[in-house]
Amino acid sequence: MTALPGETHRKMGLVIDLDTCVGCHACVIACKGWNDQGYGAPLSDEDPYGPDVLGTFLNRVHAFEVVPDGHDGPISSFSCGEAAASGLPGHLAPPAQAKTVHFPKSCLHCEDAPCVTVCPTGASYKRVEDGIVLVNEDDCMGCGLCAWACPYGARELDLAAGVMKKCTLCVDRIYNETLAEEDRVPACVRTCPAGARHFGDLADPDSDVSRLVAERGGIGLMPEQETRPVNKYLPPRPRDSGGDAPALTPVATACGEEAAEGEMAPWLAWLDRTLERI
Amino acid sequence: MTPPYDDPPLDLNHRPGDRVAKTTCYMCACRCGIDVHLKEGRVTYIEGNRDHPVNRGVLCAKGSAGLKQVTAPSRLTSPMKRVGPRGSGQFEPITWEEALGIATDWLGPIRAKDPKRLAFFTGRDQSQSFTSFFAQQFGTPNYAAHGGFCSVNMAAAGIYTMGGAFWEFGQPDWERTELFLIFGVAEDHDSNPIKMGLGRLKARGARVIGVNPIRTGYNAVADDWVGITPGTDGLFILALVHELLKAGKIDLDYLARWTNAPVLVDAETGLLRRDDDGRQLVRDRVTGAIMPFDRHGVRPDLAARDGADRTVFQLLAERYLAPQYAPDAVAERCGVPAARIRAIAAEIADVAFNRTITVKQPWTDFRGEHHDEMVGRPVSFHAMRGLSAHANGFQTTRALHMLQILIGSVECPGGFRFKPPYPKPVEAHPTPHCKCQPDCPLNGPHLGFPRGPEDLALADDGSPARIDKAFSWENPMSVHGLMHMVISNAHAGDPYEIDTLFLYMANMAWNSSMNVPEVMHMLTDTREDGEYVIPRIIYADAYASEMVAYADLILPDTTYLERHDCISLLDRPISEAEAAADAIRWPVVEPDRDVRGFQSVLIDLANRLGLPGFVDGNGEGIYEDYADYILRHERRPGIGPLMGYRGNGDQTGRGHPNPDQLERYIAAGGFHLAHIPEEALYYKPWNKAYQDWAVGLGLYDKPQPYIFQLYCEPLRKFQRAAEGHGERQPPDHLRDRLQRCLDPLPIWYAPESVGGQASAAAEAAAYPIHALTQRPAAMYHSWGSQNAWLRQIHGANPLYVPDAVWQAEGFEDGDWARVRSPHGEIVVPVARQSALNAHTVWTWNAIGKRKGTWALDPAAPEATEGFLMNHLIGTLLPPKGDGHRWANSDPITGQAAWFDLRVSIEKVAPRALSEPQFPALPAPPRG
Amino acid sequence: MHPAPSIIVFTVFSGLGFGLLAWLGAGFLAPTGWAAFAHYALAFALAGGGLIAATFHLANPRNAVKSFSQWRTSWLSREAVLAAATMAVMGLQAALSVFAAPVAALGWLGAGLAVATVYATAMIYGQLRSVPRWHQPLTPVLFVVMALGGGALLAGQVLVALILLPLAALVQIAVWLVGDGRFAAAGSTMESATGLGSMGRVRLLEPPHTGENYLLREMVHVVARRHAVRLRWIALAAMAPLPVLMLLATGGGTVAATLAALCHLAGALAARWLFFAEAEHVVGLYYGKR
Ligand SMILES: Nc1nc2c(c(=O)[nH]1)N[C@H]1C(S)=C(S)[C@@H](COP(=O)(O)OP(=O)(O)OC[C@H]3O[C@@H](n4cnc5c(=O)[nH]c(N)nc54)[C@H](O)[C@@H]3O)O[C@H]1N2
Ligand SMILES: Nc1nc2c(c(=O)[nH]1)N[C@H]1C(S)=C(S)[C@@H](COP(=O)(O)OP(=O)(O)OC[C@H]3O[C@@H](n4cnc5c(=O)[nH]c(N)nc54)[C@H](O)[C@@H]3O)O[C@H]1N2
Ligand code: SF4
Ligand code: SF4
Ligand code: SF4
Ligand code: SF4
Ligand code: SF4
Ligand SMILES: [Mo]
Repeated sequence: MTALPGETHRKMGLVIDLDTCVGCHACVIACKGWNDQGYGAPLSDEDPYGPDVLGTFLNRVHAFEVVPDGHDGPISSFSCGEAAASGLPGHLAPPAQAKTVHFPKSCLHCEDAPCVTVCPTGASYKRVEDGIVLVNEDDCMGCGLCAWACPYGARELDLAAGVMKKCTLCVDRIYNETLAEEDRVPACVRTCPAGARHFGDLADPDSDVSRLVAERGGIGLMPEQETRPVNKYLPPRPRDSGGDAPALTPVATACGEEAAEGEMAPWLAWLDRTLERI
Repeated sequence: MTPPYDDPPLDLNHRPGDRVAKTTCYMCACRCGIDVHLKEGRVTYIEGNRDHPVNRGVLCAKGSAGLKQVTAPSRLTSPMKRVGPRGSGQFEPITWEEALGIATDWLGPIRAKDPKRLAFFTGRDQSQSFTSFFAQQFGTPNYAAHGGFCSVNMAAAGIYTMGGAFWEFGQPDWERTELFLIFGVAEDHDSNPIKMGLGRLKARGARVIGVNPIRTGYNAVADDWVGITPGTDGLFILALVHELLKAGKIDLDYLARWTNAPVLVDAETGLLRRDDDGRQLVRDRVTGAIMPFDRHGVRPDLAARDGADRTVFQLLAERYLAPQYAPDAVAERCGVPAARIRAIAAEIADVAFNRTITVKQPWTDFRGEHHDEMVGRPVSFHAMRGLSAHANGFQTTRALHMLQILIGSVECPGGFRFKPPYPKPVEAHPTPHCKCQPDCPLNGPHLGFPRGPEDLALADDGSPARIDKAFSWENPMSVHGLMHMVISNAHAGDPYEIDTLFLYMANMAWNSSMNVPEVMHMLTDTREDGEYVIPRIIYADAYASEMVAYADLILPDTTYLERHDCISLLDRPISEAEAAADAIRWPVVEPDRDVRGFQSVLIDLANRLGLPGFVDGNGEGIYEDYADYILRHERRPGIGPLMGYRGNGDQTGRGHPNPDQLERYIAAGGFHLAHIPEEALYYKPWNKAYQDWAVGLGLYDKPQPYIFQLYCEPLRKFQRAAEGHGERQPPDHLRDRLQRCLDPLPIWYAPESVGGQASAAAEAAAYPIHALTQRPAAMYHSWGSQNAWLRQIHGANPLYVPDAVWQAEGFEDGDWARVRSPHGEIVVPVARQSALNAHTVWTWNAIGKRKGTWALDPAAPEATEGFLMNHLIGTLLPPKGDGHRWANSDPITGQAAWFDLRVSIEKVAPRALSEPQFPALPAPPRG
Repeated sequence: MHPAPSIIVFTVFSGLGFGLLAWLGAGFLAPTGWAAFAHYALAFALAGGGLIAATFHLANPRNAVKSFSQWRTSWLSREAVLAAATMAVMGLQAALSVFAAPVAALGWLGAGLAVATVYATAMIYGQLRSVPRWHQPLTPVLFVVMALGGGALLAGQVLVALILLPLAALVQIAVWLVGDGRFAAAGSTMESATGLGSMGRVRLLEPPHTGENYLLREMVHVVARRHAVRLRWIALAAMAPLPVLMLLATGGGTVAATLAALCHLAGALAARWLFFAEAEHVVGLYYGKR
């Protein structure tokens, strides 16, 4: 049924930590592996060993570069002499450097899921009990319109099966009584080596995922598309701050003796004094 | 609104298979535990084993894609013998009986006449303690695994300095560290543990600083990124040392107790002062007497003098306080502003000394002194090939260890920790052995740690005893051998000719060789009489790799789910800082082709050759196959390949062989753990409780506490030889370099200066850009491309170019470039990257494939667009006009200097094929 | 968006067919006997053929019949229902016309349904916020005007065609002009797509896979700017000024009308090709394609 439920009882979804994701693609392949033999038709690979290999994946990891305003090349093109000459303090933050952000993306299980309402056959639906957006492959005619409607590229038509595939939020894992309690999480979450993927109920303000979103300022993608994604992304923490440690003072200076660079005597005096105290 | 929500019924209790087999992953050397789900005997799904100490349930992309490896069409299907010219790829399937017959006919006479005419080298070998045993019993000195081209600098620098190394032999104290600096790491062998560790640091809010010319992966998530210019880390690290020393932010107590900083250095010889038993001497601060470092109650004095003799610490301070190591003096060369170097030094000092942690755990040190608590300096470091794969990598890595030690953060809470069997000082390692005689085993293990010139592997005439010239004056401390020199030396007949080259699991005709076209030539080159210069080549691979075409006899291996393996404490185990651990693989599916596990094949071969240790007095084989060897082999009485379930099944470490051992491992999930007692968890080299535990487990036979060697005496011994002291003398052309590079205290020298400084500057001007490779997390060297899932992620590789070069060359998206080095040129697609050192370009390693290999369509992007950087890298440096061809390797360890590559770059018209291209290889026949 | 021939054919031909049916239904021409048969056959061939072409786009046509079920939410479902209803009503009208006489009320109903069908077709695209160029009120206007203009040509309604074709051209120009600014106006950028805008400008470093995927094939199609402009001129000329000139010059003979219709068809196909090819899906932002 392609009408959206007004509110779902729970909003199960993923919270992805862009501060921690190392872009290893583990979640991509775990997802492929689980869903190749789980929910619905297998995820096919056309021309698997040929020039035009094309497979269905429900989760893909992009890599972006973010170039800060005022960035004029990486730090190494910043003249070292300049920094020294400017007499800036020792814990000066380096000039703006570009950042790399690895960016996993699967279905965001939107609350206002346009992919659901466009579906002519009723194959696409959003579950009322947990908000998971699914495709009932028995009803799908493979028109592809839902994939067009999704701003995020979260749906891929499987070319062999002729049906629409998308992230199922591992619905066949998270309630799976044949699995140990701790394994009732999506395959991508279970496998993520860096622990960058979190799963839970975003409708519950006290859930771990909701707390993470609140603490770290989690965001939804493309708010202007008004899809109200359930999945949230935790932005990278500020980078290249240079730390906030107090600058070091030479022992010789600290003891009131001025030492020329490389001169040993005052330093040895410090050593002797210090060793006395140990 | 409430339309009728009749959500379709779902099978929420789906099961991927009907049973689960727990074994060990082999998609890389991290060796995670896996749960293999099987349905009617077919692999349906692979996930991480939650109980496994290495990965605790997580699994990387390669690991999950393992099931595609087991069905890959590239799998070899039967033994083969070459029928066309070598290199043509023409083979005929043969039976195992014929294959083993041929091998025996080739090897038998060699052993009877001159065993060294067999060169047996193994690549990504996880059974080195077994393959080396075979080679030793055969009697050839010519054995090593791939360590020499991989990361021997890491291992050697670590063990010579502190009895343990980064690599996978130690780890940061992930739970306690507050500041983590990671140098030159893209993936490392400890792939999953590093990612898990970074995740834990992030969750705790600890800070991570990445030092790497390239900001991807671990360096992308690092809080701060230092985009250093390649090859200059030594300068950067020594500038940090300079700053810390100058500010007195060093752990004097730690240095005095646990290191050779207070040891007196003989002013005349530069050797450490020792007593008659060879124990290093210190001056006791309390009594003022000179005594051995390990005397009960001694308080070693860092500031001691005895005549002209001073302590290591004084020499060290004097050296690094010198202005040449000041941040301002190095900043330009490192590409890191001095202010940033100072800020990082300040941060290290702040965390180490202002955020000290104490663990309320009493312990007793080897001098018998009791301590109420464990004091930790929560700064930790990790490094890998970004430091080691340079010709100055040994000294750079030593510099980093020195930095760790100066702030007292090795083997303390929050610092860097060893994994059993480490810590293990040089003294506990063998020396190299090379004495070979007809029909005799070698006189000892091939590889070891030379203590000085007396341990070099030299023939009586002073020439190198080994085909790879390991442990010769060119690279005296080449503790892993030099696999990358074997083919060129064998081709040149230098130091001698060989009959048979026997390779296992190394794609030497492609991604593991430098200057690939030249290697292909050497493998196929013939003499005047039409014979091949390298007369016979045997190769064991599991897949249709590029190397297969260059062998005369192919021994096809099983895949990792089809055989027994053991990941042994005798070898490279999977221990954690808290526990010793080992593991097995076992056949969870039956091979559907005529292939055999290589280790079992080697046992069959050893039996046919009648090798001692493999056959009994009657010439009968002792071991049926590798599984049987794992169960029954004993290195020392009671010590075998696996530590678990020995004796009657209730003994760990020591105990007689137990026929049920493998079954017990399988039932336990494929691995075994031996936890280190609480009291022994830190300060392991000096902790009595740890030493006793290690002896109990059989890691060694008596306690062997030691102190860290900031001053590395073996280096000084080689230096002295170069100065003319001693009987064994280096050739004259090497004297200067030995003196310059084998400094007993860490130094930095320009990598390109190892072949003489004069031409280095000119070269730098002609080839101004550094060119690097990185491992992609989702690919393992050459084997990932045959995997239908992984090759979709990395099917081709662009050359990443920094903004400065991008703009200078006027590149645009979709452009191509010609990249030149003194050794060759390649033409490749380019892509832009801003978060990249301005003098550096790079690409993913080993994505490019030769047409027709790996069962890929010849039009596959891996073969058309994909490329190798290797074509640009030479095994030898360009001629310097001094009559010598210097190796492109570290002068101390022989480590292949992959990352010293320098190139020039020029825009060319876009095209469809990368260059060079080689003729397509035919698919091997299916037997 | 990938300009798939099946969809271009579907939308253009079914549009013309329903346009023709609309004029037939509205009684602007009320042929009977063989003439009725010919007109209705043409209309049904175009409309039905278009719909059949559309099924070529389905990867799993077995379930096509289920597309009638979701008319409450789905424009594609509505289109299916409306198309079927139009065909049924106008089928009856056709039978009556051929064998007896058309019924005006039935015709008006059919005409209304035909226009609604075209509107629904347009809304399949117009509703998609993810394709900003399409997501504008003029999209359905364009489809309807084109259908009616082309239908008028086919119906031999020269006068109506002379009014509607220039109108269609004007709407088309407006759609292009407005459309060119829609992506920017929608506010979707690589920064909003990634949420990383506060850190700086976002650039793709590495696509998720080096290989192709369904999304790129289906939704990322790049036409060269110069090529597009040229094609716009050709499409525009062929869709309205040329047919209009032909009609004016010849006074609307059958041959001229046929030629004009063919010329318009060519223009409509070209314009529809552009409609798809020029439409950028916001997903391209994740691939650095914009
Ligand atoms: N440019 C550049 N080159 C490099 C490096 C670099 O950083 N840059 N790194 C270097 C380093 S550190 C290394 S370790 C080497 C690695 O390079 P190689 O040692 O060549 O390693 P691989 O490509 O992993 O594979 C070796 C062979 O093992 C085979 N194999 C896989 N599984 C099995 C099995 O189960 N049994 C058997 N018998 N064979 C199997 C594969 O088919 C392949 O032919 O590359 C080196 N080359
Ligand atoms: N996924 C995956 N994992 C693997 C492998 C694989 O092929 N794939 N291979 C395994 C093998 S054989 C090995 S040896 C290990 C190697 O593990 P790594 O050492 O992580 O291997 P590399 O990819 O060579 O990474 C070297 C890193 O050093 C950086 N670097 C280069 N030069 C310098 C320098 O001068 N200074 C600094 N600071 N950084 C520098 C490069 O940018 C790169 O990030 O990985 C193992 N793990
Ligand atoms: S597995 Fe985790 S760290 Fe790796 S790419 Fe996926 S989210 Fe990122
Ligand atoms: S991400 Fe796309 S597919 Fe998923 S619910 Fe939102 S719109 Fe639908
Ligand atoms: S492809 Fe399937 S799920 Fe998607 S809109 Fe069409 S019928 Fe619905
Ligand atoms: S939740 Fe399941 S289906 Fe969705 S991306 Fe993760 S593994 Fe794939
Ligand atoms: S890191 Fe990946 S490939 Fe390596 S052993 Fe672990 S799961 Fe296997
Ligand atoms: Mo390696």
